[in-house]
This record gives sequence, C-alpha cells and structure tokens, in this order.
Amino acid sequence: MSTAQAQMQTKWWSGGKSPFNVEYGKLMMWYFLMSDTFTFGAFLISYGTIRFSQNYWPDPNEVFNAFPFAGHANLPLAFVSLMTFILIVSSVTMVLAVHAGHKNDKQGVIKWMIWTIIGGIAFLSCQAWEWAHLITGEHAVLINGQIQHIGTTVTMNPWGAAANVPMIDGHHITTTGPVAFGGYFFGITGFHGFHVLSGVVINIVMLIMAINGTFERKGHYWMIEKAGLYWHFVDLVWVFVFLCFYLI
Amino acid sequence: MEHSANSEITFHHEAGGDDFVKKIIKTTVLLSVITMIELGLGLTMYAFPMAEGFKLFLKGVIVILSLAKAFYIVGIFMHLGDEIKNLIMTICVPLMLFIWFIAAFLMDGNSWKNLRNSRGKSIVPTEQHSTAPEGHH
Repeated sequence: MSTAQAQMQTKWWSGGKSPFNVEYGKLMMWYFLMSDTFTFGAFLISYGTIRFSQNYWPDPNEVFNAFPFAGHANLPLAFVSLMTFILIVSSVTMVLAVHAGHKNDKQGVIKWMIWTIIGGIAFLSCQAWEWAHLITGEHAVLINGQIQHIGTTVTMNPWGAAANVPMIDGHHITTTGPVAFGGYFFGITGFHGFHVLSGVVINIVMLIMAINGTFERKGHYWMIEKAGLYWHFVDLVWVFVFLCFYLI
Repeated sequence: MEHSANSEITFHHEAGGDDFVKKIIKTTVLLSVITMIELGLGLTMYAFPMAEGFKLFLKGVIVILSLAKAFYIVGIFMHLGDEIKNLIMTICVPLMLFIWFIAAFLMDGNSWKNLRNSRGKSIVPTEQHSTAPEGHH
C-alpha cells in the first residue's frame, strides 16, 4: 500500500535516482540476460528452421529412452525429466539463498548456496552421462547398401526412418537421419551446459565470499541476488531446450 | 561507492518473510505439475497412434504450458513481477522481436521443404545430374 503510493508519486525521470529503482549492477545483469535470451533464441530458431525444412525428423521418445543402470529398458524421457527436476529444485534453493540474503542471514545464505551448487553439479553429471550414452550407443544403420553400427555425433545420425530390410537380432535397421540433428543437439545443450558450468563457478565464488564475510562487511547481499538472476536464467533456458529437443 | 549505489534506490520492497517462502513452495509445486502434464502429453503422442493434426495441437498445448513456466520463473523466482513498471517494460518490450523472429524463420524452413518436395529436383542438381553436362547451356 505505502510502496504503491510511493511508486505513484515518485518522479522517476527527474534525475538523482535510478528510474528503474534498482542498482546499476542488477539492471546490467537484466540487460545481459536479455542479450543472452536472443543468443539462445537464435540458436533454437535456427534449429527450428532446419527441422521445418526436413521431411523426416527423429522422434525424441525413441532417441532419449535410456536411464543409467537400467540396461536396455525403454524409458522414454525419464532421465531428462530427472534432469529438469534437478534444475527446478536448484532454482528453488537459489531463491531461498537470495531470500536469506535479504534478511542478512549469513548461515542461511551459506546453506542454500551449497545446495544450489550440488544441484548444478548433479545436472552437469547427468548431462555428461547423456552425451556419452548418445555418442557411444551404436545402432545398426543401412549405409550405401551395407549395415554399419554408428552412434550419434555431429557428423552421424543413426535415427533415420526404418530401412526396407529384415530385422537383425530383433532390432530394426534404419537409414541415416538428418545430419543436423546431432550438431544442433550437442551445440545447443552444450552451450546451455556451459552456462550451467559458469553458473556453478559463479555460485562457488559467491559461497566463498559469503563464508569469508565479504557481504557481511558490505552490509548487503546484493551480489547473491545478481548471481541468482543468472542461475534462474539458466533454468529458464532449460525450459525451452527441454521443450524444443525432448517434448515436441 | 556503496553509499552512492544505495541512493540510486528510492524504496525497498518489503522482504515478505514466511509469506514469501509459502509463495516459493506454491510456485515450485506449480512448475513441477506443469512439467508432469507436459511429459504426460509427450508420452501420449508416443504411446498412442493419432492424426498429425491432433499431434500438432498437443504440441501447441505443450508450447503454451512452457510459456506459462517461463512466466512463473521470471515473475516469481527472478522477482520481475515485484519490480516497477519501467523495469518490466524495458525487459519485455524488446522480446516482442521474437514474434517476428520465430514466425519468419519457421515459415522460411517450411517453404524450403515445400520447394524441395515439389520442384526441388529441377532447381537443385542431384548427384547424378551434376556430373553430366547440362544440354541447354
């Protein structure tokens, strides 16, 4: 009520104050994230353009159906759902760290930052497993009239349409799929993974600064807030990577 | 330095306390539920044979649900909803570019496919054609 009134009566553009009511660093973090949105947007739209230009595209339910220690069980999207859940939870622990920072609660900030870092590392580990599985998981593919066993890389795609040959050992033989599939998948999830990695590094720096009492001496935990914005952005991008590569 | 940084801010938001934590838990549950609905729809498309048109409709629903997730992450987790209108506008208005960006490029990709399918062979020389000399030149 009182803040709403203050908001109405303030002359935001008269100088001497931020017209956005935030400090410089936080505003610039928002603008950086906006530019990063366009970078990721351009990548995903480029992927969409190529996908729309193809008559055939692999079904994500068939490509991403493995789970660690589950052997050859057909579990479509199960592992990537776990990854999504890990990232959402680490986003929540980050919100709680920022919230503790608002209350100048040093122990709270340390506790929730540690959980956020663990979540980030868990996500990266899952991604490493998924990449390794996709690259080394070989499938029988009919290439130039011969059956070859290939994995998914930036130059090879075994996830093509079914080939017109009999099954071998109970496995369907496919043709090669659009080669852009691997390039876009590894390129975009890799770029996102790099963001997660840098987010984890930033969070570790923030944790060390919090433990050393840097923010306590400063009298505020605004740095945690800015790191938090970056971390939530990483989660936000994953929502769209998840949408474009796994769901549709 | 900090003193001048402090004076940039005209007023601080009230630090909600326990209400805020409740709001976070509510949002987390909401995000998880939306994700599960999305997965359910994705698996439905996989498990049951259905018409291409209906599949496309389900994909549209999943896209809208993802946008809802983005709205909650930005609005609640990133606190954009608590900022003043000036800041919300300076972030959201430039994002309108995406409307053109997505529509134009997806249509371009689709047109590319149609061209290749309908008369592609006469425009793009195939491997067999490119080795042979072209008569009418």
